[in-house]
Amino acid sequence: MVPPVRLRGIYMTERPQTQRLRFASTDRYIATRDLEVAVNASIALERPLLVKGEPGTGKTVLAEEVARALGLPLIQWHIKSTTKAAQGLYEYDAVARLRDGQLGDEKVHDIANYIKRGKLWDAFAADTPVVLLIDEIDKADIEFPNDLLQELDRMEFFVYETKETITAKRRPIVIITSNNEKELPDAFLRRCFFHYIRFPDKETMERIVAAHHPNIKQELVREALHLFYDMRDVPGLKKKPATSELLDWLKLLMIEDIPLEVLRAKDPKVVIPPLHGALLKNEQDVHLFERVAFLARRGQ
Amino acid sequence: MFAGFVSALRNEGVKVSLLEYLMLLNGLKQQVALYDVEDFYFLARASLVKDERLIDRFDRVFALYFRGLQAVHGAILAEIPEDWLKQLAERFLTEEERAAIQRLGGLEKLMETLRQRLMEQQGRHEGGSKWIGTAGTSPFGAYGDNPEGIRIGQASSRRRRAVKVWDKREFRDLDGDVELGTRTLKLALRRLRRWAREGEADELDLGGTIHATAANGGCLDLQMRPERHNKVKVLLLLDIGGSMDDYIEESAQLFSAARAEFKHLETYYFHNCPYEALWRNNRRRHDQTTPTIEVMNTYGPDWKLIFVGDATMSPYEITEPGGSVEHWNAEAGAVWMARLLKRFRSAIWINPRDPRAWDGTSSARLLRQVMEGRMYPLTLDGLEAGLKELQRGR
Repeated sequence: MVPPVRLRGIYMTERPQTQRLRFASTDRYIATRDLEVAVNASIALERPLLVKGEPGTGKTVLAEEVARALGLPLIQWHIKSTTKAAQGLYEYDAVARLRDGQLGDEKVHDIANYIKRGKLWDAFAADTPVVLLIDEIDKADIEFPNDLLQELDRMEFFVYETKETITAKRRPIVIITSNNEKELPDAFLRRCFFHYIRFPDKETMERIVAAHHPNIKQELVREALHLFYDMRDVPGLKKKPATSELLDWLKLLMIEDIPLEVLRAKDPKVVIPPLHGALLKNEQDVHLFERVAFLARRGQ
Repeated sequence: MFAGFVSALRNEGVKVSLLEYLMLLNGLKQQVALYDVEDFYFLARASLVKDERLIDRFDRVFALYFRGLQAVHGAILAEIPEDWLKQLAERFLTEEERAAIQRLGGLEKLMETLRQRLMEQQGRHEGGSKWIGTAGTSPFGAYGDNPEGIRIGQASSRRRRAVKVWDKREFRDLDGDVELGTRTLKLALRRLRRWAREGEADELDLGGTIHATAANGGCLDLQMRPERHNKVKVLLLLDIGGSMDDYIEESAQLFSAARAEFKHLETYYFHNCPYEALWRNNRRRHDQTTPTIEVMNTYGPDWKLIFVGDATMSPYEITEPGGSVEHWNAEAGAVWMARLLKRFRSAIWINPRDPRAWDGTSSARLLRQVMEGRMYPLTLDGLEAGLKELQRGR
């Protein structure tokens, strides 16, 4: 059987060109070309964009920056392991109503008093298009994405208690992030655009650093990046430092005003870079790095 | 428009659906990618591939299918390091060709010939469903001694390829890890248990609620309790005999101890590499075997498949029909591995040998490739990583 095909996108071509929203790198967020294409495709076709990648490569920040660049409000829905799909739509607080009933509260006669809106409802009810971030969808139960299929596809849902259908006034731009802890169901994936944020290469990284710390000394950046990529190359680190760690570290280096020579120093007593705490987040990694650095020094 | 491309992708195991194909066409209609090969590539990738592990395959199909698009190939070629090209030239070009190039005296010409040669050979090589072809047809020879071969794939499209998850895992340093002994066995068990008992949530404790509500003077007092799941089903395939003898005890010990934790645990044995038959009782391995097909049909795709084996054998036992040391196998071990992995998508290989020795053994490298990197050492860290992989449930 051929699955039903929705051709919504085709009508949209009639929309004037000027109205179309386009995303590109901003002064604060450096997006690679493939990311721009993926975001624009998801905006144009009004389908969710699923973003995966190493922790700290800017998945969550992407949604913030898309919202900022397009001048749209951002609604964030952070997923936890206990989050249920229905909570994104609405929650009916039956227990509160029962209690109010027992206490003889007047509110009890209107069921709508006990319906709490979820993030999706907020996004659908907004008058302007919004950017909806569903953060770390893989944290939730494995069935979670499946439960949201219809809602994200049709952008509407039905409230049983009040018998009303909530339909999105303007389809929100949906950005979903995943840390790859669980595999997502096929049916869900088929409805999304997908982008995997690779770890940036040195060139992109320099642009990212420049965007975040415009006043930083070029040489400091070069030395720091050098050390940083060396550090990432150390085999066996439990958590490799990522972009966000690098930015924090650079900030610290600037605040502490660490002179360039220290980064360059080949002093055998100082084996690991200053303020490494910003880069390496657990002590096994620090030990490992010390060992590797020590051996490397001895080899020189 | 690109129906052929889509079917080529499907042949390579990238399961593109009609919906996704229409998404791509719609994207083109919406002018998301306009007159630019790279943008088209990005758009196609974002709409057709939903798993970073498949991006690599997608790249290969894309490169083959859109061979005519010079820009793409220019970009790919430009990234092949020069010394590597020279090495390749020695490897792939005959004496006459080299002489001819000398006469023509141009690197461009050299690259052109090389490109053709590579394209041609990749085409033949990738004809199968896996990277491992039969020895003669693969450009990378008998795989055993060609680390370069593997690097070819990575160097040629490094720029446009997602970092493969399994690539990162390969470098896991295990220096600090303890080999799994009796002392650590308990810890490992706890991890297995945690895995088996996973499952979030809250369940209404009806008895507790009635009790608490009564105690509360009739005012409702809900009591919740955590739900207990134990629905993990494990199909365990153990390598037995030969080089595995040193490890079999600790492996079996671990999993039999864990038996109580799983709802279902089925164990079968194989020797070195699974072929058409497996057996349940090692003493009666010659008269009481179960056809592998039957095993595959008996257990559903929701079963988690765990191989335990040292993956140490002659590479022919994996790549060649008739390569088995014990009997004549009509089909190569890799074929059976691929079938098993297709049926049980959630699978790992646990290797009790020291991971530092893996890369030195061509069969271990081969199997790890067949497993798409999902080979883990029998250490606490290894088990944890392996179980995490299983938990992701494909």
